[in-house]
Amino acid sequence: MNLPGLYIHIPFCRTKCPYCHFYSTTDLTAVDLIISSIVREMELYTAEFDTFDTVYIGGGTPSLLTIPQLETILSAVRKRFLVPPDGEITIEVNPADGDLAWYRSLKDLGFNRLHLGVQSFSEAALAFLGRRHRASDAFAALDNTVRAGFENFGLDLIYGIPGQDLQSWRKSLTCAVSLAPPHLSAYQLAIEEETPLCHSYRRGSFAIPDEDASLAFFLETSAYLERSGYRHYEVSNYAKSSGSKSRHNQKYWDHTPYLGIGPGAHSFKDGRRWWNHRSIESYVNDLASEKPPVAGDETLTRDDLRLETLFMGLRTARGIDIASFRLQFGDDLPKERSAIIQSLIAGGFIVIGDGRMSPTRRGLAVADQLALTF
Amino acid sequence: MRNMDYIRNFSIIAHIDHGKSTLADRLIQHTGGCDARNFQDQILDNMDIERERGITIKSQAISLPYTARDGKTYNLNLIDTPGHVDFSYEVSRSLASCEGVLLLIDAAQGVQAQTLANLYLAMEHDLEIIPVINKIDLPSADVERVIEQIDSELGLDTDTHLKCSAKEGTGIEDILEAIVQRIPPPSGTPEAPLSALIFDAQYDPFRGTVIHCRIMDGVVQSGDIIRFMYGGATYKVEEVGHFLLSRRKRDRLAAGEVGYIIAGVKTISDVRTGDTITLENRPCNKPLPGFKEVKPVVFASIYPIASDDYEDLAVALEKYKLNDASFVYEKDASVALGQGFRCGFLGLLHLDIVQERLEREYDQSLILSVPSVRFRLTLKDDTVLYVDNPSHYPPQMSIAKGEEPYIRASMMMPERYLGAVMKLCQEKRGMNSSLNYPGPGRAELIYEMPLSEVIYDFYDRFKSVSQGYGSFDYELIDFRDSNLVLIDILVNGEKVDALSQIVHRDRARACGLQACERLKEEIPKQMFKIALQAAIGGEIIARTTISAFRKDVTAKCYGGDISRKRKLLEKQKKGKKRMKMIGNVSIPQSAFLAVLKSDTD
Repeated sequence: MNLPGLYIHIPFCRTKCPYCHFYSTTDLTAVDLIISSIVREMELYTAEFDTFDTVYIGGGTPSLLTIPQLETILSAVRKRFLVPPDGEITIEVNPADGDLAWYRSLKDLGFNRLHLGVQSFSEAALAFLGRRHRASDAFAALDNTVRAGFENFGLDLIYGIPGQDLQSWRKSLTCAVSLAPPHLSAYQLAIEEETPLCHSYRRGSFAIPDEDASLAFFLETSAYLERSGYRHYEVSNYAKSSGSKSRHNQKYWDHTPYLGIGPGAHSFKDGRRWWNHRSIESYVNDLASEKPPVAGDETLTRDDLRLETLFMGLRTARGIDIASFRLQFGDDLPKERSAIIQSLIAGGFIVIGDGRMSPTRRGLAVADQLALTF
Repeated sequence: MRNMDYIRNFSIIAHIDHGKSTLADRLIQHTGGCDARNFQDQILDNMDIERERGITIKSQAISLPYTARDGKTYNLNLIDTPGHVDFSYEVSRSLASCEGVLLLIDAAQGVQAQTLANLYLAMEHDLEIIPVINKIDLPSADVERVIEQIDSELGLDTDTHLKCSAKEGTGIEDILEAIVQRIPPPSGTPEAPLSALIFDAQYDPFRGTVIHCRIMDGVVQSGDIIRFMYGGATYKVEEVGHFLLSRRKRDRLAAGEVGYIIAGVKTISDVRTGDTITLENRPCNKPLPGFKEVKPVVFASIYPIASDDYEDLAVALEKYKLNDASFVYEKDASVALGQGFRCGFLGLLHLDIVQERLEREYDQSLILSVPSVRFRLTLKDDTVLYVDNPSHYPPQMSIAKGEEPYIRASMMMPERYLGAVMKLCQEKRGMNSSLNYPGPGRAELIYEMPLSEVIYDFYDRFKSVSQGYGSFDYELIDFRDSNLVLIDILVNGEKVDALSQIVHRDRARACGLQACERLKEEIPKQMFKIALQAAIGGEIIARTTISAFRKDVTAKCYGGDISRKRKLLEKQKKGKKRMKMIGNVSIPQSAFLAVLKSDTD
């Protein structure tokens, strides 16, 4: 049984990127209030959780917090919960934030992994995405990361931006690879409901790549990065070695419990999912009255868990453990779905080996649909 | 004994949404034909589907007692009429039961297509026509313009028009007065032998079949033995009466009146619309004119999506048939879709309505095969077969002669649409056309066409090219030689028998191609590519391919995304369940009917 992970959400940004649907505000007056509320919220869960071997601070923009603010949070975590010495402690960083001193202090605080929101090295793309930084900031941030002594870090990249063809994407990839980050995430630009980007899209301001183009981007990215020494271990994630994979994110995909602290954060334990208010006001008010700031929850049925196991398992290179699946859901896949499995193997979508059913590169491209065929 | 002088039988005809039902409500309310408690808006349209689509399917009648300004009390019988060509026979029998109509025109919209089409129908029945301009309350109302149209487009006397707002309830009394003053009372001899026209029937679970009729001559009362002159059967009358908001028993019904007869008739199929009721021991000389044996002309098979639901579907059909005499069905089976029923309909709208009612009231998900007409095949050994079900089509080699049913279509429209309509008819293999001009600017076009060309989308396209102003009616004439072939549709090499069609050879390639294209639009992409082919015998005549699914929208999948993604996939999974698996291809219900829809939709 894996140890649980802790996620902390910092719902503040200096500017809002039009494509992002995570909860955050640009009004920074409540930062300290939220930090103290986060600390309070942790207290409510000391009975349910005791050890976390990963801690992940995300947002919003965690990197707009000062070192003292981050220290408050981490020491609160250590006070109430156990984090083993080899625990993975991650923070998301905007390349426009922080100088070398700040990065060094992060390391001193105990952070041992950074996720840099680079998104692109093209000024035009950064402008379209509404990012606060420029390409040069990304290089500076990378430089600071290495100089501060971080050995475990990743870059986030986005493709499928209007005006970007395979050639310009390759340029960004090459640039990223040349910086030798241990981890890379490559996401296709997604149009999320109720974002400014969605409204522009609906008005017809831009077009997104069609299915063929999407597939081309995806396959090209995977092939290029694997040739460059990265393992394509999840639909959007690549790692140079098994040590550079995100241990925290893996917990989401294998039903390991995790606790989400902060406005809008999600949690999962014992077949139950719950999530906090997507509102600073409601979040703070509930905590003021010693209530968990939970907006909703759901208890998963066996069928729910089964479907989740399928779509999450089939989006990771490791795939699904066939014996465990049978144990948990009473479903002997090779026996009961042999016809479908044979045709999917013949079609080049999955492989079976070592007791596991895993997606191929083409299978990763259609992971959701694959899950539905079972 | 009611004096015929005080009876008025009328109907309201109008273009869609010009306020027919609202006006009917007002007339009912004004004459106190109900009390506030019982009143339900637009009470004559008491079937959900009718209300939703804004169409009337069954004929309904109601008697309104009205004390006129002359102090005398009249009985105004309002007969509501269905308004689609599939049911044109019912319309004609309802109109044959009236002496006049209110022609309702929206003051803002003015004379529209159906206004004209309905006027033509009323004129064919020699009815007194009272134009009524409705919705005068609207800010966009232009009464002067409508009056002008009544003169120029309808060719009616403008002195005779009335104005009202059904919504606000103004002008209602003037309308009632006009009905009394201008619509002639019925004629007929109460002393003559009974002669009553059946214009509708309904099934009441407590009383059995309730016959709606107009008494032309004679008198009928409880205890009489009546005979259906075409049907042949005899029955003993249990009760007669009038329709108020509910049925009201009476001693007798006499010449000129509209009402109901309950006579122990077990099922609605024993009653034929348009038949004449007479007394067994004192029959009238001959039946009333205009009777037609209503036969189904379109056939299709229906299947439950889940074969487990077959029994439920059987029960649902039984219940449905209680109130629809023109719907027929029998057991059927398909290799691809399992056990089902072969059904006969009056037309595609009828089919649509039956499907909708079954799905809605009986909570059934259904698949329909491609609809077909009935063909006549003469085999080489001289056997004659009537075939509408493609699965019963004999091997091509054994067929000596194939024939298909032809109709004579009569179409009325303003002259300016003649060109477009003639082009349409010719496209539909029309022949032997004739043209005449029953009135200035009005053209009547007659064409003989194969019924199979007409049932598919002729009516909708006809309405479209005539901008709704055309009225269309048809009758079956005979079977004519036709070079028929059977088209099969194969999905990944597997024949889907429910998609087969019997068509004229000249149409085969086009039909096959269209079937493949429509299927391509309706069948969602799947993990593997799907080959769609149309074939005659072993020969492929058309093909198309649905490419495989190659890229998901695989968004991020972290803590907050999981629940949302799962729900999305669950929804897709549910959608898949409602599809039929043919081999390893999931085909949605909509694909089966979509095969027929033409490009111009």
